[in-house]
Formats: sequence, C-alpha cells, structure tokens
Amino acid sequence: MRTPSLLPDVSLPGGGRRRLVRGGIVAACILYVGILLLLPLVGIAYTALESGASKIAETFALPDVRHAFYLTAVITVITVVVTTFFGVVTAWVLVRQRFLGKSLLNALVDLPFALSPVTVGLAAVILFGLGGWLEPFFQARGIQILFALPSMVLVTIFICVPFTIREVVPVLEEIGKDEEDAARTLGASIMQTWRKVTMPNIRWGLLYGIALTTARAIGEIGAVLIVSGLIKGQTETATLFIFTAIEERLYAEAYIVALTLAAVSIVLLVTIETARHRIEGRKGRT
Amino acid sequence: MSTPIVVEQLTKRFGSFEAVSDVSFTARGGAITALLGPSGSGKSTVLRMIAGLETPNEGRIWLGDVELTPKSVQERRVGFVFQHYALFRHMTVRQNVEFGLAVRKQSKSDRTARVDELLELVHLTHFAKRYPDQLSGGQRQRVALARALAPRPDVLLLDEPFGALDAKVRQDLRQWLDELHRELGVTSLLVTHDQEEALELANQVVVMHEGAVEQVGSPGEIYDDPKTPFVAGFVGSANVLHGVVRGGHVHLGAFRVPGAEHLTEGAAATAYVRPHDVRIAPKGSNGHGRDGADRALGRVERVSSLGWLARLTIRLDGGGDHMLVAHVPQSELDGAAEGDLVSVDLRNPKAFDHEEVRAQE
Amino acid sequence: MSSAAQTIERSRARLSPRSAARLRRYTLRGVAIVYLGAMVALPVVAVVTRGFGEGFEGIRTALAVPGATAAIRLTLVTSTLASVISAVMGTMLAYALVRYSFPGRRVLSAVVDLPLAIPTLVTGVMLVALYGPNSPIGGALDRIGVQVIFTPTAILLALLVVTLPLVVRSVQPVLQELDTAEEEAAATLGANGWTTFRRVVMPAIRPAILGGTLLTFARCLGEFGSVVLVAGNRAGETLTAPVFIFQLANQFRPVEAAAVATLLFSISFVLVLVTARLLKRKEDDE
Repeated sequence: MRTPSLLPDVSLPGGGRRRLVRGGIVAACILYVGILLLLPLVGIAYTALESGASKIAETFALPDVRHAFYLTAVITVITVVVTTFFGVVTAWVLVRQRFLGKSLLNALVDLPFALSPVTVGLAAVILFGLGGWLEPFFQARGIQILFALPSMVLVTIFICVPFTIREVVPVLEEIGKDEEDAARTLGASIMQTWRKVTMPNIRWGLLYGIALTTARAIGEIGAVLIVSGLIKGQTETATLFIFTAIEERLYAEAYIVALTLAAVSIVLLVTIETARHRIEGRKGRT
Repeated sequence: MSTPIVVEQLTKRFGSFEAVSDVSFTARGGAITALLGPSGSGKSTVLRMIAGLETPNEGRIWLGDVELTPKSVQERRVGFVFQHYALFRHMTVRQNVEFGLAVRKQSKSDRTARVDELLELVHLTHFAKRYPDQLSGGQRQRVALARALAPRPDVLLLDEPFGALDAKVRQDLRQWLDELHRELGVTSLLVTHDQEEALELANQVVVMHEGAVEQVGSPGEIYDDPKTPFVAGFVGSANVLHGVVRGGHVHLGAFRVPGAEHLTEGAAATAYVRPHDVRIAPKGSNGHGRDGADRALGRVERVSSLGWLARLTIRLDGGGDHMLVAHVPQSELDGAAEGDLVSVDLRNPKAFDHEEVRAQE
Repeated sequence: MSSAAQTIERSRARLSPRSAARLRRYTLRGVAIVYLGAMVALPVVAVVTRGFGEGFEGIRTALAVPGATAAIRLTLVTSTLASVISAVMGTMLAYALVRYSFPGRRVLSAVVDLPLAIPTLVTGVMLVALYGPNSPIGGALDRIGVQVIFTPTAILLALLVVTLPLVVRSVQPVLQELDTAEEEAAATLGANGWTTFRRVVMPAIRPAILGGTLLTFARCLGEFGSVVLVAGNRAGETLTAPVFIFQLANQFRPVEAAAVATLLFSISFVLVLVTARLLKRKEDDE
C-alpha cells in the first residue's frame, strides 16, 4: 500500500486554480485560529504586563494569591495521583478482562464529559450538604466536606476521571497481550511484567493522560465555585481568585494571575504535544 | 483511439534522488506498450507523470499532437488502473464504474447504458450492487478496468495491475486483458516487473533500469537481440560467461564463442547465451558441423524435466569454472543422462565489454 | 500472631497460582467498579434523583422556574450554532494540517490544542481583555456601535474557542490513515478537488466528524468558565443554563437547580445515545 502522500495537489500541472483554493483554505484556517486564540493570548499578555513589573511583584506577594496557587497545586496533585492510579487499573480491567456489565462500566468512564461542571458541584451539595445523603456520616465524625478541601478535591476528581483512562485504553489495546505473555513464559512475575513490559509500553499514553488531567484540574472553575464557599485565604483556588477578583474589579491582579495560569498551560501544552507525537510515532511503527 | 503517446526527455527528481533520467520513447497508437523493469527502475513514476499525478522536472509528454504536459489530471482524459485497485469503498460496483460519467454530467440513461455495457464486458453484470469488500481481488481489478474505460479515455495506463493477485488469477486476467485489448484497440501503457507478462501481452517493450531506458523494441527483439548487458540478463534467463576478447571471439578457457567483433582486442568481456541456444550432441559426434575450439566439451551434472523441455546443468571442461544451463526439447535429448560427456554448441551469444557490464551493476 | 492473621497466612499458603490469579483479577475488577461507581455513578444518580424527585413533575417544575426556558433555549441555540461552525472549521483545519504543507504548520497544530490546556476561565478573561469596553478593539467596536462582550455573540465566541480542538482531533487521525489512491483515481476520472472531497473523502470521515461534533455539542451545553465572564448573564437574554444553575445553587435552591441540571443532562444523554446508535448502524452497513 503506498504511503499516503502529503501533497496530492500541490505542484501538479493545471494547479493554478488548485493553488488558489489551497491558499484560501490555509488562510481561512490561520485566520480562524488567530482570531480565536492568538489574538486573545496577545491581548491578555499585553494587558497583564501593562500593569508594570512592580504591580506584578506586588500581586505575587499577596497572601491570598499565594494561598490560591498553593491550593490549586494541592488539589491538582491529589487529583493526578488518584486518577492515575485508579485510571490505570480501570483501563487494564476494561481492556484485558471480559465480564458482564463491562459496557456499562465503559459508558461510566465517558459520563463526566456529558455533565456541566456546575452540575457536578450541585451533586456534591446534594450528597454532602445539609440534609444530604452522606452528610450525617461525615457530620457525626466532624469531617467537613463542603466548603472545604475534600469536596473541592472530589469534584475535580470526578471531572478528571476520563482523561487517563481514555488515553491508556487505546494504547493498551494496540500493543496487545503478546509481549506480556512472552514475559510470563520467560518466568517474569506479575509485578515484573508490569514494571518492565507493560509500563514502558503505555508510557506516552499515560503521560498524555496525566498532562490533560493536570491541565483540567488547574483550570477547574464551575464545580469548585459551587462547593468552595469562596472563603478568602482558605478555599480559593487560583481560578476562584481570578473570578472573585474580577467581581471586585481588581482587574490588574486578575489579569496577572490569569496570565500566570496561561503560561503554565503553555508549558503543559509542550508536554501534551510531545506525548502525542510519541504515541503517533509508535503507531506508525507497528 | 489510436493516438500514440510520445514521451520526450522526461526527468523526475525527488529531493536529490533522480528517479527518472532523460526518458524518451513513443508508445504506438492502438498497441500495448510495456514498461518493463525491476523495482526502483522509475517505470511507475513515468506512468504517473503521463497521467499527471506527478510533475516532471524536465521533459514533455504528447498525446498524438496535443501536448499533455501543462494539463491537469482531470483534463488529460486518461484511464488509470492502480495496482491495488483504488476502488471507491463507499460506493457499489455500479457507482464506481459510473463515476467518470457522473462527473462529466452525462444523462442518467446514457450512464446506465454505458455502465451496463461495461459490466457485460468484464463479466460482472450480476455484481452491480455489491461493494468492493465483497469482491475477490480479480473481480476488483475487473471493476477498476471497467471504471477506467467507462469515460472512453484516449489512453489506458495500467500500473502493475496484476501485481497483487495470485498466480492463477494473474494468468487468467492477462489473457482476458489481451482479448479485451484486441476488441477495443485503445493505446495502452502497462507497467510491470514481470517479463513474462510483458513479452506475452505487449506489442512493444520499453526496458527501464535505474531511471533510464535500456532498450525499446518488440518482445522478440528484446529477447533475441538485447542491446545492453542489463537487458540480456534481465529479460529471459541467460548463461553468463566471462572471458577475454581475441580475434573477434570471446575466449573462455579452452573454447571460444563468436560475436565479439565489435569489442576491443584483449579486453575483458562477458558473453550471454540463452538456455535454449545451448545445443548438445553426444561426445565425438560432429552433429553441429563445428570442430576445434568452437566446440566445447562438457559433463552433464543434472537433468530435470520441465514438461516438454529438459533442463540440463552442464559443467564445461577445459579450464575455467563454467556452468551452463541448457533447455533442450526432450525429443532431442538422444538419451543424454547425468554423468555423460557431451559436445556443447553455444549459439547466438551476445558479447559485451566487461566495463559496460560492471557499470550496470 | 492473632488468629485472623494466622487464618490469612494459612489461606495464602494454600492458594494455587490459578486461584491467586483469579483473586487478583477480581480484586482489580472490584477496584475499578468501586472507583467508577463511587466517583462517577453516585454523583450522577444524586443529581438525577433530586431532579426527577417528583417524577416528570420535576421537569415541569424546572421549566416553570422563571428564566429556565429562556436559559435553556439560549444554551441550545448557541450550542447548535457553535457546533455547526466548529464542525466545518474543524474539518477544514484537519484537512489542511494533514494534506497541506505550509510554513508554521507545526505551530498551528500545537496552537489548535491550546484550549485543552488553558483554563476556561482564563479564556473568558482573555476575551474580556480583548473585547471589553476598556480594550483597544472593544473600544473601537463600541464606537461603531458593535457590541461583542455581554451579548450572545460573546457566548458563541467563547464556545468556539474552547471547542476548537475537538472536531480537529477527531477527524485528523482518520484523514491520516486514508490511502490517497482513491482520490487519485477520482482525479483521473475527471473529478475536481471539491467533487473528490465530497464523494470520496467525506464518506470516509463522516463518522469522525459526527463524533467530534457530538463531543463539541455536549461540551457547549455545559460550558461555564468561559461564558460566565463574557456573557453578562442578563436573565432572559444572555443567561445560559449552566450559569443559571450556578445562580440557583448559590441562592440555596438546590431542588430547582437539580431539576434544570437534570434536564440539561437528559438532552446530552439522549444525544449521545442517538449518535452512538447512528454510528453503530453506519458501521454495520459497511
């Protein structure tokens, strides 16, 4: 089978009109992406940096801002650890095991994509709020879920459940059982097979999933907004800080923190792109 | 539809690699011309340039007296048959064959009539509603042919059309294509690496090697009168014998073969002799009317049967380690068996300067 | 050693490799089921139960809430519009990225993925920074009487930004896999670029476009972070369903919030089912 050529149209004879069409399409695409993304990015960079270096330093020194970044980091780390561990287990079960109800489980994985984040926050309120289903249990033990860290972590986990699973499943399916079986016949134990054969194979899919999870956890707003109670200096994440700052017309601070998050996203994007290329490179080889 | 294709000094480079170098030839109108060569000889690239799927860096292409070079693929009205069929997998057989007509906005009734005609021609009338993945390889290729022929193209280009098929299917389709061509008479250009196919089907053969044309001629000419060592070695099997030129002969140890008149005295040379040009006679007989250095002696090492032919492996006596393969009709064997000493006559040798031979490798 | 520990010791010693494998298998499966059950199924059930609380009466109650119908209608309209535009532009982008070569292609590909990494709230901030009344562009547009921020146009813009990668990434791998021989064949038969695209390429990528568009629509229905800052949230005019749900939750009206949320979720759910069935039937046909 001939490898698909990149350019079936370019430099062919009679290409005058075709070249025009191609140029038009490329221009339309660049314009679209430019207006939607690049322009706004430039806009925020300009507006944030406009406030000057001293204002920026000032903002980063604010205790509320520091706490906000800290809280975002804590929630993100917990979310990533939990979703990665359980996500890999779930992916494994979905790919390598066969049982009744598996398709239901599969559907559950994608369910968070069908829900608005505010609905997720609402669910937390229903479960843990006054008169909620699970509220008595935690109330009795004096554990605060709502308006505190636990609920914020829980909603973020819900929202991030699909990412790791969806990225690891296709990679697991693609590499198949052969290598693992070979390792077992050569005497490797389960843990050894896992560590030396399976993990290296799913490395890039896993990294891609983790990067997406991290980005999503950092960016979460709708659900945490509902469950956090917006207690300044205690339950405000970076995104919540931006939200309230805008409400309170503290635009400079809001823009600066927003730009910081945008910069972090771009770093994450590099990771995402690298992982994607590695995955695709692997697909080409098999 | 008997317009000839003229290809003039075509050159194609991919980066720094020159796939086609200064290729020129004329494919006669109404005939099947084969582009024959091993993989990487550039023959497919030449075909694709004629179709317009690639642009030559240099050179021109003519269809009759119309220059094709500046025209787009669509404007050239060529029928193209791909090695892996390239049937539209989301369309039925009928829709596939109809495609070229639909694109040209012919009326529905005209299209239907023409498609029916072609499906009849390729014996696939009852498969009209099927999808490509429901057909066998041979059937798919017939659909591909019907599709290419539907818009009545001026020229038919086939890119290793039978390469992906089983041997038996290939044979059948080859014969069928022959008959089809006799009936339709469209100028056709067939790319193949299978010399049997080329020699059997084509009226004219263009032998290509490493991007250049080695020889153009009828199948008979290519086979019996190779002009370069490559053609001699590639087309049909040949015995390769190395020797030295002396007095218009190539001396191979104790005997010699003629045909080296055009080569320099004393030069190293290689003679090519076809297996069926190796004649044997029992030792001592003067059956060939030659004697002395012109007649070689050899020992039969192996005899195997190829139907009506016998294949003999003969080791030549008299210095030099020359092994020959001879194809002898069973009727002329005269009881020659393994271990026998026989008289060997090498007919119709083609001699080439060793330098020339080495340049080809 | 306690008697319990002794029992475990004894039973572990008695476990054959096959039973050990089976135990392992069931444990993993159990972990996956509990993970998805607790983290995904439970919250959804909570919301839906509260929303459907009084049977379908709940839905009617929801719609009776003043402003609910308007919010849902606005959400549906903007989501549909955004999905259509995103489907067209996304397919165009995928085609350009796979088939064309032009300076900046790698960069464009990376930028397309940016919305996967950037927090939706930051997207909202960027749009406000660019089109808000205080910005150069916003101010200029204001002078000629064109208002972007705090209109439904802003909502559409925000939705287009956050869903940019979805259709592209769905279509791109399919396009990559296509063998161009079919397109070449179409060209030799006289088809121009557009006809070839319509009759040869489109049938092959249609499922991918559909899948990507569905994902886009579901995302648009629930989008909160980017919309809440740019829309203005005027009841009956620029108030989308997710923001409405948020407001209800904030006003301690969780029942009504749940009702509206359930309605929104039902729409997503039905859509997923319908499209999944359509795609399955298409696959069976081929």
